[in-house]
Amino acid sequence: MATAVSTAFAGSRSFVRRDPVLVRWILTGLAFLVLGIFIVLPLAAVFVQAFAKGWQGYRAAIQDPFTISAIRLSLLAAGIAVPLNLIFGVAAAWALSKFTFVGKNVLLTLIDIPFGVSPVVSGLIYVLLFGAQGWFGKWLSDHDIRIVFAVPGIVLATTFVTFPFIARELIPLMQSQGSDEEEAALVLGASGWQMFRYITLPNIKWGLLYGVVLCSARALGEFGAVSVVSGHIRGETNTLPLHVEILYNEYNYTGAFAVASLLSAVAVVALGLKKLLEMKSTQEAE
Amino acid sequence: MSIAVDHISKRFGAFVALDDVSLRIETGELVALLGPSGGGKTTLLRIIAGLETPDSGTVLLHDEDATRSSVRERRVGFVFQHYALFRHMTVHENIAFGLKVRPRNIRPLDWEIRERVNRLLELIQLDWVGNRYPNQLSGGQRQRVALARALAVEPKVLLLDEPFGALDAKVRRELRAWLRHLHDHLHISSVFVTHDQDEALEVSDRVAILNHGRVEQIGTPDEVRRKPANEFVQEFLSEEVALAKAQA
Amino acid sequence: MRILKQSSILPGFWPTLSYSILYLSVIVLLPLSAVFLKTITGSWAHFRQTLASPLVLAAFRVSFGTSLVAGTISVFAGMLVAWVLVRYEFPGKTLVDALVDLPFALPTAVAGIALTSLYTENGWVGRWFAPLGVKIAFKQLGIIIALTFIGLPFVVRSIQPVLSDLDAEIEEAAASLGASRRQTFSRVVFPMLRPALLTGFALAFARALDEYGSVIFISGNLPMLIVAKLEQYDYTGATAIAVVMLVASFTVLLGINILERRSRRFDEKDQA
Repeated sequence: MATAVSTAFAGSRSFVRRDPVLVRWILTGLAFLVLGIFIVLPLAAVFVQAFAKGWQGYRAAIQDPFTISAIRLSLLAAGIAVPLNLIFGVAAAWALSKFTFVGKNVLLTLIDIPFGVSPVVSGLIYVLLFGAQGWFGKWLSDHDIRIVFAVPGIVLATTFVTFPFIARELIPLMQSQGSDEEEAALVLGASGWQMFRYITLPNIKWGLLYGVVLCSARALGEFGAVSVVSGHIRGETNTLPLHVEILYNEYNYTGAFAVASLLSAVAVVALGLKKLLEMKSTQEAE
Repeated sequence: MSIAVDHISKRFGAFVALDDVSLRIETGELVALLGPSGGGKTTLLRIIAGLETPDSGTVLLHDEDATRSSVRERRVGFVFQHYALFRHMTVHENIAFGLKVRPRNIRPLDWEIRERVNRLLELIQLDWVGNRYPNQLSGGQRQRVALARALAVEPKVLLLDEPFGALDAKVRRELRAWLRHLHDHLHISSVFVTHDQDEALEVSDRVAILNHGRVEQIGTPDEVRRKPANEFVQEFLSEEVALAKAQA
Repeated sequence: MRILKQSSILPGFWPTLSYSILYLSVIVLLPLSAVFLKTITGSWAHFRQTLASPLVLAAFRVSFGTSLVAGTISVFAGMLVAWVLVRYEFPGKTLVDALVDLPFALPTAVAGIALTSLYTENGWVGRWFAPLGVKIAFKQLGIIIALTFIGLPFVVRSIQPVLSDLDAEIEEAAASLGASRRQTFSRVVFPMLRPALLTGFALAFARALDEYGSVIFISGNLPMLIVAKLEQYDYTGATAIAVVMLVASFTVLLGINILERRSRRFDEKDQA
């Protein structure tokens, strides 16, 4: 233990790594400048412009009926996409981390696909399937079912885009945890579900929450894919990010930024939760 | 070159690593710093090298105060327990490194550097691994390369931090003997840290036994075996002491 | 042929595997195949025509050009930020570290209007450059800034773990051999970071190529063209562009995979 203390100090405060004071100040200053310009400034701009007409203007924009229905649609899309992807994420992570089978690597790569696809293309693919000229287009219009330019399409596009988040968090986590504890539980007589509930779930809880936070933030904020699929029908197929675009294009800047501030607040909260969960899980690991 | 540390103290937070340690190593000597984990040996070695600064006390290299000099200026050779070889460079490039980074005016010519590296490779009996990368070598081979790299810059002092700590018993014994031979050949003042008493007693000219940041005893292997200074030394070297007494 | 290579007492293999594959196929594979099948069954002439049209070619140039520049800037900026975060201590470090992920978490549309408003002629930043005759928004410079914004976290997060895992002993060894701080950085530290830098660049570049939401408020790039084509009901044209983008994205991702495998070749094997 004592050696560990002294070598830990030796490593982290290693003398040799100390850059000269001037260099340190300059680099830190530059880093702050970079982050300030690229990250803090845009965030500040959103909130400043949102309140350009004071609290009244802000409240009016938020309480506008179209905004309310956009909020509802965003929450609906996220509310469906996230649980669906959660179930998938847990199932896929279970299969991929606890078993060896043919095609494992292929499955892993396939899960990452939505990350390599542009949001616009993600929307396009559903239009190609379910749009008026799409594969199922005729069948759908015959049966008077609307997917594209309607809520189902938005839910599908959102699900596609947020598909990998939870799985990608859980897979390495469950891989590193191994199967010993679960096997022990089974040997002691637990059923499959008991093992899952009492052993697996508690072990993965932070990673799971982390994945859900990332997934939800992305689901609420998705713009490109949903834009393509939605048809931008205000009151019906408008999510929050789309509403921002519409307001902006109408030169209703205060309104646009007010709605944007809602989304920014979600993002900031998501970041905060993320950091918290990160710290929690490192705490537990120690 | 001689090494002298005078009244060195060092603490890390509340933990006292070294408490008023004084020690002198004569030119050409091979001294072992022996003791249990956490006793302060590695800290002392790093202070001599300039990788740590003492809270109080001085370090004298060749009777000149080096306490304020940086590790670069002290021109010591340091061998780390886990080799610290540069992963992205070949063995040859690793050994040549110290020569290549010299300022232009004292830098040897390229062919001179090559010659020196080759001679060192012969010295460590690994002339055939020049083009390999560290991850292609065994632990024992890596440690020899680390030693060659430290020797390439012709240091006046050689410091080794548990050089064989990461190796298995058989390789340790072989390298131990080999280190002694090398020392007899090169006569560089050397200090090495170990917690293995066999190693310390077999290889060194003198042994300094450290515990809880204090020097318990300094002497030749024979002296510490026959005349342990206190109970701690006696117990630490119990086997050795018992053997010596039986032979007496 | 055995699919399950090693039998296990753990339950649920077949249910979870089949559900996963089913879900994957319905949500991802089926729709994606629609793109490629459309290419095959669609009119080849129309396909070629779309890709060769001046509008599309211009958009190609804009997309690839701005993504490359933005990726490069991200690398330098990201390297700086990662270095400061890993090596130095300062108040508010946790906050700064969390902020790095903001572009990743912020909806692209929000980023779009925020950046546009900053860099138009009346914007907080734009007004400094307007008298000089430099119009940032509505030109490629604006796009580059937006793409750098979204690429920055990728670079920082690629470099951070590698930098913090770097053993202090390596730098101590270099110093003991006589290397100056600058020499240690350029000969020892930087080469070890290079693979991570390349990965970060590739990720930022791929992301920039795909970017839509933050860019459309500024100007036009490839994804925007896809949307335009769809609005004209030119499905084939839209698909043509989409295929090119997919191929580009997947090539970059494949490149990243290869890069990571190559960089692992230097890693230590078991301590012999």
